[in-house]
Amino acid sequence: MIKKISLFVVLLAVILSMTASAAVTSLVLDGSTTVGPIAKTFAAYFTKKYRVPVNVSESGSGNGAKSLINGSCTIATMSRAMKAAEIAAARQKGVNPVASIVALDGLAMVVHPANPVRSLTKAQITSIYRGTITNWREVGGPNARIVVLQRESNSGTEESFKELVIGKGVQITGSAETQSSNGSLKSRVSTTLSAIGFLGHGFVDGSVKAIAVNGVFPTVAAVKNGSYPVSRPLYFYTNGQPVGVVKQFVDLPNSADGKRMITELGFINR
Amino acid sequence: MAGESGGECNRTNAFVVSARKRTMQKVAKKAGESMLFAVASFVAVIVLFIFYFVARDAVPFFQIRGFTEFFTSSNWYPADDPGEFGALAIIYGSLMVTFGSALIAVPMGVAAAICLSDILPFSIRQYAKPVIEMLAAIPSVAFGFFALVVLAPLLQNNGGPMLMWAWWILVSPFMLLTVIVLSDLLTAKIIEPKRRQQMHIFLLILFSFLSIFMLFKVGTVLYGIQILSGTNALNVSIILSFMALPTIVSVSEDALQAVGRDIREGSYALGATRAETILKTVLPAGSSGILAAVILGIMRALGETMVVWMASGNSSQIPEPWFNYLQSIRTLTATIAGDMGEADQVTGSARFHVLFAMGLLLLVISFVSNLISERIVVRQRKILSGQ
Repeated sequence: MIKKISLFVVLLAVILSMTASAAVTSLVLDGSTTVGPIAKTFAAYFTKKYRVPVNVSESGSGNGAKSLINGSCTIATMSRAMKAAEIAAARQKGVNPVASIVALDGLAMVVHPANPVRSLTKAQITSIYRGTITNWREVGGPNARIVVLQRESNSGTEESFKELVIGKGVQITGSAETQSSNGSLKSRVSTTLSAIGFLGHGFVDGSVKAIAVNGVFPTVAAVKNGSYPVSRPLYFYTNGQPVGVVKQFVDLPNSADGKRMITELGFINR
Repeated sequence: MAGESGGECNRTNAFVVSARKRTMQKVAKKAGESMLFAVASFVAVIVLFIFYFVARDAVPFFQIRGFTEFFTSSNWYPADDPGEFGALAIIYGSLMVTFGSALIAVPMGVAAAICLSDILPFSIRQYAKPVIEMLAAIPSVAFGFFALVVLAPLLQNNGGPMLMWAWWILVSPFMLLTVIVLSDLLTAKIIEPKRRQQMHIFLLILFSFLSIFMLFKVGTVLYGIQILSGTNALNVSIILSFMALPTIVSVSEDALQAVGRDIREGSYALGATRAETILKTVLPAGSSGILAAVILGIMRALGETMVVWMASGNSSQIPEPWFNYLQSIRTLTATIAGDMGEADQVTGSARFHVLFAMGLLLLVISFVSNLISERIVVRQRKILSGQ
């Protein structure tokens, strides 16, 4: 019993000392689930190469910003730019958020692979999410009610979708279902015949079908040359200009290895 | 000599405690008591503190937005500028899944408890109860994952047949009972034995055909239902009922056990059958405990977050029609969990405080239902003790 307790105390002490010295010897990343795969791959690579432990958590872009403002992470990973209100709050706390672009990501509109619909216009997607189009028949599909899927309000992907597709100030219908991560949204779309949702380009695989928006499919080339209408940059936010280990980490996307990892994960180098 | 006197001293010491030792014991007793008191009051104080801190952050919301919108509108757009904070659909969703899970879990749980305490032999009960209680040890995220990945697609692909089988399995025993009781009641007034028997058989056959027809008719209607989205109120209700089951079974089984052998034997001695003993003696005697179990189980369902966040679909809408369990809904707990990340003072205070208002509402609901159940338990005890 005493042995157990002492073991627990030692563990606790180790954990505490780790968090206490976090600012110096280790990196803490928090934020977007979309940037998550990049952050985790970079973290593994970085730890192996430079012997610096990197902790990655994925709690949504909004949480990432919050963590950076509160000083509980070194790098905030975000799939959207910081809002003016967040920057103001950061300044107030003496934090100076500096953005660096990691990669580009196309927001793919996805449906079930058996769905015959291949292409939608932005206007059609907006009508579907506003709830004015409720049946696939109205956009050239089978006679079935559309199951509309969106992400939770923490999500940078949701934020980007609103900004890039349906426009700010348009209210998404109350019957839209909310999923808490790219993964769970993908699993819902891949198992629901009449679902529509949106995913970061890196998450699209054979289990769902990405459709064309305004006639353009979300391919690497289309995102890179800007012809795909729904793409966005992904960010690393740091407090002030990055220096030392933080700079090494933030500069990874510019290295050859970093570029290779980004491509392998399905994201697009800028 | 010295040794002898020392032995004498020891012997007396064993019975008569020296004054110093007595004060020591007194001090230790006081210290122990006060420590226990401190721990007990600490728990009570924690509850009060939770109430205070939740209320402190909930009140500003009502100051900013008033009560009307929160309780009467179902437009939930907290992220918009300006936001809309109508929580009616969310409150409704919470109540809906809680009611749904209670509808499944309470009859099942109480029946299982009766079976465990009064019907199964002791040797089986020894193994059955721990197995049921094991359900409580499964983490809720595992339940949520099951609901999202297994149950939701299953409902979408085979929803109609599943509903039909559930209807058959759940309703046919009740139908059978109703048929027997009804035909008994209707023929009870016929005095002539031979005619009564004929009439009885005739009615039995008639009612059986009628009920099988009804079972079949409703079954085919259910069979034809196509469930559009598997993450809906039904899915959540089923999973939540599984999560509430161990609590209900375990606590009500304890209550039934506590009724005691003497009361049961008294009932048997009066010539009651086992069914009569269970229904008319054991159940009423254990009813306050069963009620406590039911309330505990319902609170578990109301407060559960992870499962509803993963499997309810989280659409802030009142289903159409209002009893449609096949549409997705959103609950108070899931909303708090899902919106907390983005909402703090940075992004507008109403959005932050509305979540505390929801938390306060949940607290108030569970507090009130606890209070009511406490009242009923006390009253029941009074009735049973003949006061």
